[in-house]
Amino acid sequence: MLKVVEIDHLTIEYPDVKAIDDVSFTVNQGDFLGIIGPNGAGKSTLFASMLNLNTKYNGTIKFFGTDIRKSKNYLKEIGYVPQKPIFEKNFPATVNDVVKMGLQKESDENKIDEILQQLWIHELSERRIGELSGGQQQRVFIAKALVNKPKVLILDEPVTGIDQQSIDLFYSILKELNSKQNITIIWSSHDLDAVNQLANHVACLNRTLFFHGESDDFFKNDELVKQYSEASMQEHMHHH
Amino acid sequence: MTFEIFTFSFMHRAIISGIAIAILCSIVGLFLVLRRYSLFGDAIAHSSFGGIALGLMAGIYPLWTAYGVSIVSALIMTRIKDKFNISGDASIAVLLSSGIAVGLVIIGLSGGFTLDIFSFLFGSILLVSVNDTVLILSLTGIILIVILLLYRQLLYSTFNEEQAKVNGIPVEKINYLIVFMAGITVVTSIQLVGVLLISALFVIPNVTAIMYGKGFKQTAIISMCFSIFSVVAGIFVSYIFDITPAGTIVLFAIGIFACTMGIKSLGLLSRHN
Repeated sequence: MLKVVEIDHLTIEYPDVKAIDDVSFTVNQGDFLGIIGPNGAGKSTLFASMLNLNTKYNGTIKFFGTDIRKSKNYLKEIGYVPQKPIFEKNFPATVNDVVKMGLQKESDENKIDEILQQLWIHELSERRIGELSGGQQQRVFIAKALVNKPKVLILDEPVTGIDQQSIDLFYSILKELNSKQNITIIWSSHDLDAVNQLANHVACLNRTLFFHGESDDFFKNDELVKQYSEASMQEHMHHH
Repeated sequence: MTFEIFTFSFMHRAIISGIAIAILCSIVGLFLVLRRYSLFGDAIAHSSFGGIALGLMAGIYPLWTAYGVSIVSALIMTRIKDKFNISGDASIAVLLSSGIAVGLVIIGLSGGFTLDIFSFLFGSILLVSVNDTVLILSLTGIILIVILLLYRQLLYSTFNEEQAKVNGIPVEKINYLIVFMAGITVVTSIQLVGVLLISALFVIPNVTAIMYGKGFKQTAIISMCFSIFSVVAGIFVSYIFDITPAGTIVLFAIGIFACTMGIKSLGLLSRHN
């Protein structure tokens, strides 16, 4: 089994708090990993380090067997969808422009049509990104993340503030990408039901890693499920 | 005869240089406006005032010293802003006032304001020489080529820095490149509209075009058209009525902006309603 990501004794310290404390886990090719944990558990911090946005950490992060401190080439194989993409609302960029930004080579322009059709946003290609609904925008950002045909897709709570219909469509797209195109997906989410339906692996993160393994094993463990259910996570947040 | 102005070679040079500067200010300004850096051009222009004063005092062609001073000070200010986490508007204020302060002290030391200083403050497009025109056209050509070659990197890092970084774009280097290009553009444009009105050419055609254009390229082209129209109309009208070209050019740009606002408020331009 090809190891896509190997995280070994990762610790990230801020001046007053340890955001990530000695976390180690491996993601294999074809895994659909759901990372769950309350707000402030360190999910976005973990992703920032994996994406080379934060380089101040102890431990090692390897992609495809290479330490990311040694080579940044792995970034070409990654598609990333942030929690809420920040951009100027009036930015004069069409859907086509935005998806094209994700393209490494201009010559691959036919890939844009292909991906827009796959995500059912082909008819929006000449619309301005700022005019679209949250769900449509998120699909555009997924299209941008996918247009280079990445081997890994990293999604940071990608459905925050999006309508249910778009969420359902989004999840079915993710499932297809993982099962038919064998794209490895690393996805952080608050939604345990969705994780149960989609992910084949689960990681429970709350600064340290409380569980990492097959999703069946996680969902069989009532104690863990109870601990990480949305209600108790909110409870946890209030305590912080 | 109004049409006789087409026969003057100084008018040919003014129009050719003016169109080149209009194109340059539109495209470089569009990146600045979208990065919420609209007044950066103004700050560089004011710092170039220090450079102009320095050149006049030292007996060097003032635009050369202006290029040096404004590019160096803009790059240093960007570095300080990033390193010490100073907000964009505050760094603009620092750059702007230090340029003027240095300029005023140097002018004081060298015997007060002269006619030369006024021509740099308010522009003197009808006085551009053949050499100036060649320089303006060359710099415009070089900057346009750089923008075309690095189009994706420039657009992506302007749209979303974090995502651009994840896609392997050297965002910091691109930021410095934009500051560098803005420095060159500002000093090149001083001859057209002067130090005091440069930010108008950076900002007004672009905020107008953003209300019309869909995509980035379309918006850039619309902005260039508005800018070229303002410059050409401004030069002609100012010549005919014997008024200042810089002010007239900017008033044409403001006129187009005002018309666009009018059209928009009548609901005829529904894009952002």
